[in-house]
Amino acid sequence: MNAHRNRLPYWLTAPGMLVTLAFVALPLVLLFSLSLYPFVSGVGIGEQMTFANYTEIFSDDYFHAIFARTFGMAILVTLLCIVIGVPEAYVLTRLSERWRAVSVVIVLGPLLISVVIRTLGWAVLLGNEGVINNLLMASGLVSEPVKIMFTFTGVVIAMVHVLVPFMVLAVWTSLQKLDPATEQAAQSLGASLPTVLRRIVFPQVIPGVLSGGLIVFALAASAFATPAIIGGRRLKVVPTTIYDEFLGNLNWPLGAALAVVLVLIVLAVSMGVNRLVERRWKQVFQ
Amino acid sequence: MSFLELQGLSKRFDDFTAVNDCSLSVAKGEFVCLLGPSGCGKTTTLQMVAGFVSPSQGRIVLDGKDITGVKPDKRGLGIVFQSYALFPHMTVTANVAFGLEMRGVPAAERRRRVGETLELVHLESLTDRYPRELSGGQRQRVAMARALVIQPPVLLLDEPMGALDAKLREEMQIELRALQHRVGITTIMVTHDQAEAMTLADRVVLMNQGRIEQVGRPFDMYEQPNGRFSSTFLGKANVFSGQALGGMVHVEGHRLPCADQAATGRVDYIVRPEKVEITRESALVRGRISARVFLGNHWLFQVDTTLGTMQITHANTGLPQAGEGDEVGLRWSGEHARVVPTGAST
Repeated sequence: MNAHRNRLPYWLTAPGMLVTLAFVALPLVLLFSLSLYPFVSGVGIGEQMTFANYTEIFSDDYFHAIFARTFGMAILVTLLCIVIGVPEAYVLTRLSERWRAVSVVIVLGPLLISVVIRTLGWAVLLGNEGVINNLLMASGLVSEPVKIMFTFTGVVIAMVHVLVPFMVLAVWTSLQKLDPATEQAAQSLGASLPTVLRRIVFPQVIPGVLSGGLIVFALAASAFATPAIIGGRRLKVVPTTIYDEFLGNLNWPLGAALAVVLVLIVLAVSMGVNRLVERRWKQVFQ
Repeated sequence: MSFLELQGLSKRFDDFTAVNDCSLSVAKGEFVCLLGPSGCGKTTTLQMVAGFVSPSQGRIVLDGKDITGVKPDKRGLGIVFQSYALFPHMTVTANVAFGLEMRGVPAAERRRRVGETLELVHLESLTDRYPRELSGGQRQRVAMARALVIQPPVLLLDEPMGALDAKLREEMQIELRALQHRVGITTIMVTHDQAEAMTLADRVVLMNQGRIEQVGRPFDMYEQPNGRFSSTFLGKANVFSGQALGGMVHVEGHRLPCADQAATGRVDYIVRPEKVEITRESALVRGRISARVFLGNHWLFQVDTTLGTMQITHANTGLPQAGEGDEVGLRWSGEHARVVPTGAST
């Protein structure tokens, strides 16, 4: 009887585990093994197993620049999402019930629209003949269009817009666990509102900032549509490079190797940051 | 001389009046308890004094200065919250030092004052702990220390014992009382527990439905409740509606004695359970004991009489003569009965 009951959880999780194994773990393993074969032009995938693809990635400045751009962008997007998302979530919790319902729809609305469509919307806004530049020109603030489309800045703006809802949701969850009396206590002890937010509220929502940050970072580092549309062909990031290797150059092994490196770096950074933050603020992670 | 004064304080929310025209003056060093059932407006009153809720009407005057419009961070009052509201990400020391830090007190003096205050609440050995690592009683002490360290003119306590279990609560009550005497700080405490209010307060402010029902020293208030609500909220009471005439109150055909010769008209006749005697001889009313319950230091009887069910308590001096089902007489002295005009309050 007892042994039976102890095994039940395993049986219940088995279907999910099998699906995960079949559709996530297995493709990853296959991807990894693919990355270990050479690419022979004219033939395709070679026979002899090799680390040549990895050597190429680690020694070629071209790839270094792409990786640096990808992770620089992911880090910047994550920081901006924290700066925008945390206050946004705080304001949300402070609204009256009716306004909160409206605001949540506005905040989460972007998630209901396809990334491609949203990004094309940004392209309309950001282009040289776009809405923003037309306004700037018309108001006489600039004499020439400001180049935003096909720039790092443009990609970051569009990505932040796409990803900020994830941060808001994560921080909001954390804020709901916060005892509002701690804010009042700090106030009664003489703290102004900015001090209360910085010293009392923010440290208590670190778990939310962390989980939101990890989601945003992982999504930003692996984003494809936004960098492809806003960044264009020349402003390459790792996901668009992988795409080009697979479908442009037909160099599947190199594409697979790039994908493996991307996954590993995202994993390493996420786990490292998670560890660090949980240790530094261990009191707010019960 | 009044140190803190609430003048005609009211708070209306959209469709409901939480506090209605409350006036109260508190002397320096006094311990005042706002007592009442939940929803009576006591917490809202405290929140208005703290500055977290702005009154719809009325003024709050502290030491001669009108502080009604002053923001909570500028009032400088010490507040202990029901949940204690300790900062979970800070150590005990950092929690207590926070208020001093906000006041720009230099580090050396900060350390000294935090040390002194923690000693005052007997927490000097737990300075580096985090709130999560403390027991309920210890958390409460940290909250007290954090409020006291800034040397506030007034200490506000919002149900400070609410989160403690019964035994610890009694200990902390005695300790809080001693601490308040030692520091000599003017204190306002909110509670729904009448025993707690009686234990701690110099004066009890009894509130009901947004209004102050009665203000007085615990003993006076218990002995001289000014109405049905006061008598039943503060302790137990048998209350009958009757007609007063010439030193007697007529209730359901009974003539009950009262000390107040001048009382006339519709009155509430109040007699405390411990003032009623069970007798086999001449009695004011007769009835049958429907329940007898042993409560340790006293016995509780329920007696069905023609006046209604009466509660009677007797100190436990041995097994009582009367048991369940017995027909008994009840009597009490007119001195111990309290007569107030019906609807005098509320």
